[in-house]
Parts: sequence; structure tokens; C-alpha cells
Amino acid sequence: MRQYIIKRVVVSFIVLFLVSILLYSIARSVPGDYVANVTGGNPNITPEMQQRMRELYGLDKGIFEGYVSWLKDALHGDLGTSFKYQKPVVEVIKSYMAPTFALAFISMVLEILLAIPLGIIAARKQYSMTDYTIVAIAIMGISLPSFFFASVLRRWLSIGLGILPISGMVTARANYQGFDLFIDYAKHFTLPIIVFVINGIGGLLRYVRTNMLEVLSADYVRTARAKGLPERKVIGKHAFRNTLIPIVTMVGGMIPSLFSGAVITEGIFSLEGLGRVALDSVYNGDIPYLMGFNMFIAVLTLIGTLISDILYAVVDPRVRY
Amino acid sequence: MEDNKELLKKNLQEQDEFEKNQVIMTPGQLVAKRFFRNKLACVGVAIIIVMSLFCIIGPFISPYGEYEIFYKDMNTGVEHRMQEELDMSQMGINVKAPISEAHWLGTDTDGRDVFTRLMYGGRISLTVGFVVVIIELIIGIFLGGLAGYYGGAVDMVIMRLVEVFYSLPFIPIMLILSSLFVGYNISPQYKIYFIMIVMGILDWAGVARTVRGQILSLREMEYMQAAESTGIKTSRKIFKHLVPNTMPIIILIATMDIGSVILYESVLSYLGVGIAWPYASWGNMANTVTDSIILKNYPNIWAPPGLLILLTVLAFNFIGDGMRDAFDPRMKR
Repeated sequence: MRQYIIKRVVVSFIVLFLVSILLYSIARSVPGDYVANVTGGNPNITPEMQQRMRELYGLDKGIFEGYVSWLKDALHGDLGTSFKYQKPVVEVIKSYMAPTFALAFISMVLEILLAIPLGIIAARKQYSMTDYTIVAIAIMGISLPSFFFASVLRRWLSIGLGILPISGMVTARANYQGFDLFIDYAKHFTLPIIVFVINGIGGLLRYVRTNMLEVLSADYVRTARAKGLPERKVIGKHAFRNTLIPIVTMVGGMIPSLFSGAVITEGIFSLEGLGRVALDSVYNGDIPYLMGFNMFIAVLTLIGTLISDILYAVVDPRVRY
Repeated sequence: MEDNKELLKKNLQEQDEFEKNQVIMTPGQLVAKRFFRNKLACVGVAIIIVMSLFCIIGPFISPYGEYEIFYKDMNTGVEHRMQEELDMSQMGINVKAPISEAHWLGTDTDGRDVFTRLMYGGRISLTVGFVVVIIELIIGIFLGGLAGYYGGAVDMVIMRLVEVFYSLPFIPIMLILSSLFVGYNISPQYKIYFIMIVMGILDWAGVARTVRGQILSLREMEYMQAAESTGIKTSRKIFKHLVPNTMPIIILIATMDIGSVILYESVLSYLGVGIAWPYASWGNMANTVTDSIILKNYPNIWAPPGLLILLTVLAFNFIGDGMRDAFDPRMKR
């Protein structure tokens, strides 16, 4: 077992290494780099000055040399200096990560709290009106483009009814303190969270329902019923617990998508988070930050896969090491 | 004694009759029966059929073209078509026209008929969905099949490749790649193909992983020992005996993925890197929703494409769900 885990971790590092090569070469192969973007249209900049700037930013090196020096720094925990912010990437990430993490965490908790009970209800009443309604609504949520859904919600709740703020994180010039500030934040985050939850809940709910259906037709559930246990106990103790493992692995797999989805949602609601900065960095050619953000998502994905693989191996003795 | 024989004969006869009358269903028929018991799945099939007719046949019926711009006489307010001999000094483009008999859903910000563009847009969106899924299936089934059958080092390499592609963040990569398209001056006409290929290449990992998992368990089956003993070629063993048995799950993935590709295409359009002007896709038409003036005053421009995306993706998901329940006998309660 231990050997299996060690092996998987080592392999994950190799994968991460390959991912970083791919990401770096894709990011660097874009014609028109940061220097060209910044100095473009400024007649006072001579080609020599551009050249000097490129040297300064490390853009004069080829893709291969550039990658090697990026990797060397990255191994020392230094992800380079963001071109745009002129600060170390690690610091940029730290200063923008609060909204992104808050959004991801709250949305995920809400998704889990809603999806599990609803999924169980749908499974218990398969092919009933309740089942159809729950599944239809859940799938509708994943069938809408997030930007479209967000815009419609804004039109309805912010512009139309005026209940919630349109965008941003705090009301400008209001200078709220303490609890009022918290309420203000909460108001601004409501719409993005609704968009996230509605857009993400379908996958999990459907998964819970499928697994529940599978378990409910198992022999031990029939046995439990035959023993005369109350239905509540049959569902809660015998059936649901056996669906927990696949659900936990599914939840692990959801985390990266929450962060990559942030690129869109934060852009729409102009929240100052990691995703929004990432979007800007693509347009600016801010390669160090872009690398940092992409690698962050890659690491999350790999950790997710790793944990789910290991969990499976722990739980299911048939998995070959 | 005689009675007994008589009785036995009668019994046998009855049994024969019973067997004759019993409908014997093939596994396929059983699956179909279970599938059509699911009402949502039936709704899904109906939606897809209607959408396909709308997009495939619609453009032949519509009197207007995809990029046809309508003009309006500024003095009389009479609408003119592009092909007519027009006195341009008198003409303005008929933008954001309201719903009328000539334009069932009005015209958009460039003065083009929304209803007609919906048909053409649907063609593109559905095509993108199908082509991307076909590409990802080809790569995924091939590599997944190899990994599952050979195991060992081949499996190791292919599965690491799967993980690499899993870990690539889709949206940032698409953004970077499309600025590459712009940099190399690829015309919108060809950009569609590039987008489809890139999406297919970024998306195959899930298919490969599933196919491999299936084949891992299938190759231990007895019928594979039988196939082995006949001494057929390895490629035949994989692609003739193993892969076809993973078909149910492959069809399922394909159905679900068509929906999600259509969604992704719309998100790319929102970011400005999807199907480009002047071509219509549901994604770039729904993108008008981000213009606050249009959002507020012209629901006839932004709502229909969004609704069509919703319906289509919904339908593919319903069908996929129905198939999953139908293929899996354990789901029968």
C-alpha cells in the first residue's frame, strides 16, 4: 500500500513536469509578447529599448532556455515576477486568492448540501414526478452557458428588481464597517454563488442519484428491508453510506473545475480574484502569472486524481497495485 | 396409466404454446424498452429531432441568407434587401428591428434576420459538437484500447498522457491558442476547423480513461480466452472483440459530450475566441446578452439562442441519462 502511494506521488510529479513544459511552450509560442503589447503605439520606444526590456523580462531567451530558467526558479518556490504587477507571482496570487477561494468553498458546500438529499429523494422515487422534476431542474442548470445565465439573473435581480448589486465586491464609497461590511460582501457574492451552484449542482446530483439507484437494488438493502428496519435507517445507514466513496471522489474532482470556472464568473461580476487576473494575463501576455495560475489548477487536478485513486485502492481490495 | 400419458401430453402442448406466445426480446430491444420508459429521454429525442430538422432543412426554406443585411428607407421606412438596386444615400441599415411578419424574431445589431441566423448558427453549433466528439472518440478509443489491452509500460505511458491532458486548464489554453490563430492570420472560415481540432485534442482524455477501465475487466472474460485461442491478430482482438463491447458506455459519453462541447463553444464565443464573425453560432448569438442595452430592450435578440442552447444541451443530457439507466440492468427497480 505504502509503495503504491509513493509510486503514485512520484508519477504525479512527472506528470506535473510534462504539464509545465506543455503550458510554457504554448504560452510562449504566442506571437506578440508582453513587451510588444506594452510598448506598441509608443513612438519613443526604439527597437534597442524593446530588446533591453525583453532581456529584463527574460523574453529574449528561446522557449527551451526560458523554460529551464523558469523551472529552476519554480523548484525553489519562486514562480517569477508578474510583468503587469511587478510583484512576485506568489504574492499576486496571495493577494487575489481570497474572493476566489471564498466563492469556490461556499459554492461547493452549498452544492453538496443540496445535491445529496435531492439525489437520494430522486433515486428513491425513480420514474416518479418528483424524480423527473428534480433531474430536469438539475440538468437545466448544467445546460445553460454560465455567462448567459449570469446575465439573465443580473437583468432580473439587479436591474429589474434592484435587490442585488450588479457587480464588484463592495459598494463603492460606502465605507461599511464590521457587520455591515460583511452583509455588503454577502450581497455582492450572492449572484456569483447562485450561478456557480446552479451550474455545478447537476453533475453531483446526477451522480448521487445513479449511485443510490445502484445501491438500492443491492441484496443487502433488500435484507435490511426484510429485517423490518424503518426506511429511514435503510436509506441512511445501509444504502447511503455505501455511496459515500464514489461521492467523495466525485467531490474531489469538482474542485479544479470550480477554480477554472472562476475565469468566467469573476470576469462577468468583476470580482477581483485569481480567475479575473488570469483572464487579463492572457490578453497582456503576462507569462509568469499565467504559468502560476495554470500550474495551480494543474496541481489541484492532480491532487484530486491522486486522492481519488488512493481512496479507491484503500477501499476496494480488487484494485491492483 | 392412459390418463397420465394424456395429461403429460397436454402439459407439454401447453408448455409449447406458452413458449410460442412469449415474446423473446434481444438485449437491444430490452435496452430500447427501458430507454423509452424514461419520459425525459423521450422528450430529449423529440427535441433533438426537431432541432436537427430546424437547422438542416430550415435554411432551405428561409428566404434570407446567413449574412444578408437589410436596409431601410429612411424617409418611407420601407425595408429593402441587399440585392436590390438601392440609392444608398437614402438607406440606413435596419438594425434591431422588432418582431414582424418579415422577421419572425426581428433583426440583430448588424441588420440581419435573427430567425434565419438561428438556423445557420444551429448548423455550426451542432456540427462543432459532433465533430469534436468524433475526434475525441477516435483518439480516446485508440489510446484507451491500447492501454487497456497491453497494460504494463504502454498503459503507464498512455495513462500519464491522459493525466497530462486532464490537468491542462481548458479555458486559458483556448484563450492562448486563439490569440495564436489571430497572430497567424487564420481566416474565420478556417478558424472553425482549428477550434474543432483543438477542442477534440484537449478532450480525449476522459474517453481514453473510460475505455481503458472497461477493457481491463473485459480482457479477463472467457470469450477473450476463446478469441485468444483462435490465434487472431492483436489489432483484431482489440478493435473487433474488446472495443465493440465498450460501445454502450462510449455512446453514452459521446451523447453527454456533444452537449458539453456546444456549451464550451458558447463560452469561447463569450470570451471572443469562438466561431468568429460573420459566421453565426448559437454561442456568439447568445453572446449579445452581455450588451446591457440589448439585454434590457431586445429580448428577441438574446433570448432565442440561449433558449436553443439550453434545450439542445438539456436534450442530449436527458438522452444520456436515459441511456445510462437503460444500459445498466442493475438500475431496474
